[in-house]
Amino acid sequence: MEINLPALFGQLLIGLINGSFYALLSLGLAVIFGMLNIINFAHGAQYMMGAFAAYFLLQFAGLNYWWALVLAPVIVGGIGIVIERAFLQWLYKLDHLYGLLLTFGLALIIQGLFRHRYGSSGLPYQIPPQLTGVRDLGFTFLPNYRAWVIVFSLAVCFGTWFMIEKTRLGAYLRAATENPTLVRAFGINVPRMITLTYGFGVGLAALAGVMAAPIYAVNPTMGADLIIVVFAVVVIGGMGSIMGAIVTGFGLGVVEGLTKYFFPEASNTVIFVIMVIVLVTRPAGLFGRAA
Amino acid sequence: MLDRTQDTLLQIEDLHAWYGESHILHGVTFHVKTGEVVTLLGRNGAGKTTTLKSIMGIVGKRTGSVKFEARELINLTSDTIARAGLAFCPEERGIFASLDVEENLMLPPQVRPGGLTREQIFELFPNLRERLRSQGTKLSGGEQQMLAIGRILRTGARLLLLDEPTEGLAPVIIQQIGNTIRKLKEQGFTILLVEQNFRFASTVADRYYIMEHGKVVEQFANTELDKKLETLHEYLGV
Repeated sequence: MEINLPALFGQLLIGLINGSFYALLSLGLAVIFGMLNIINFAHGAQYMMGAFAAYFLLQFAGLNYWWALVLAPVIVGGIGIVIERAFLQWLYKLDHLYGLLLTFGLALIIQGLFRHRYGSSGLPYQIPPQLTGVRDLGFTFLPNYRAWVIVFSLAVCFGTWFMIEKTRLGAYLRAATENPTLVRAFGINVPRMITLTYGFGVGLAALAGVMAAPIYAVNPTMGADLIIVVFAVVVIGGMGSIMGAIVTGFGLGVVEGLTKYFFPEASNTVIFVIMVIVLVTRPAGLFGRAA
Repeated sequence: MLDRTQDTLLQIEDLHAWYGESHILHGVTFHVKTGEVVTLLGRNGAGKTTTLKSIMGIVGKRTGSVKFEARELINLTSDTIARAGLAFCPEERGIFASLDVEENLMLPPQVRPGGLTREQIFELFPNLRERLRSQGTKLSGGEQQMLAIGRILRTGARLLLLDEPTEGLAPVIIQQIGNTIRKLKEQGFTILLVEQNFRFASTVADRYYIMEHGKVVEQFANTELDKKLETLHEYLGV
């Protein structure tokens, strides 16, 4: 078999970009699940809201992409905090299933509202002028914006990992994930920490949404399409593992890209095939600790 | 009680507590004075651990009165109670597996000035200094107990609630824990201790309360110990 290098690298690149979104989204899911014990099915809708927030900020406030990168996660994360206070906080003592059903319902409502108002054809969002253009790497062409997406999401993923694994705040988070009752009995306001954690995880989804807006059109169903794959990524990586979410996210993006080159027919199913294999051989996931 | 003097640090009256539907404490009343080491004795299931947890506010439902420095704590959440100046060392020690020894040690926030410094804690428990980078749960049982006590000494809390600190430990470690408790008492800490190991308790305690069926049924001072041995046998079967 002859290998067409430019095409191979092209697919690898697309894989890395998809992997950037898988990693950012599964990271948020892992953080939320670790702290709240909630499988946040609204994550795709919150990613979509991030993209829409960027669109609204530009349309109605004239605030460009860079503003959106900061403001959209804050706004959508703030909505997440309201959702946590209003709904999720009542579910922590119940089975995972209730949180999943509630967030799934929320996702359907949010997507339905946006589709009712904006249709499903998608709204355009321009690449910021600083990041237009293409770089010639010799073996392939790399659009600047896509390079930015890969580098920036790696930085955000690493920053989040560092905060959770290496800082004092992260030590609180890890300890509260293990034994919230005791951490609270040390004088730490654990319920507030849980609320902020949900806001942070939702903010990560919104950040991914802003980054996706110039690549994929801003569309009410953009999250619904993606979230199914992301859940498979989380299952493969192992629920609740931070590094697992990041490595698996990027890794599966690349695997998917390679499959598109070598066996395109399987590219849509390869992640799910891997998920089945992992579930059969390592039910806790590649990086998960057995419960 | 007769000796309810001004320096009562912790005053508990008619404390009831429930786990779900089951009523565990049926009106517990006792007090701890500043600088004392007081031990709750009793058989398994008498309500000793539940009493400590009720003081800390980590039991589902509780009624009655828990006053610390004359401040009522019964309706406060456990984080607020901790910030009032109480610290709890649970029976299962509660060392976090996802934190290393240093992170475990530094986890409880300071609630008041005047806690021990890291150096003072390492003087009490030299083993911890050698193991700072180890995963918390990789320590031996004795070292985990030292870590569990050490980390609450940093916070500035003046009342320590220790739940069976000697459980499952080797005699030489138990002795070390006993020395530590005496040193802490010298430094002015007030300690409420739950113990099954009466022989250990008798080496550190000033006063005892015996609990049965969720109530305090007997109290005596260390000086009355000889006279009370028979009562003790009756209640504890020792």
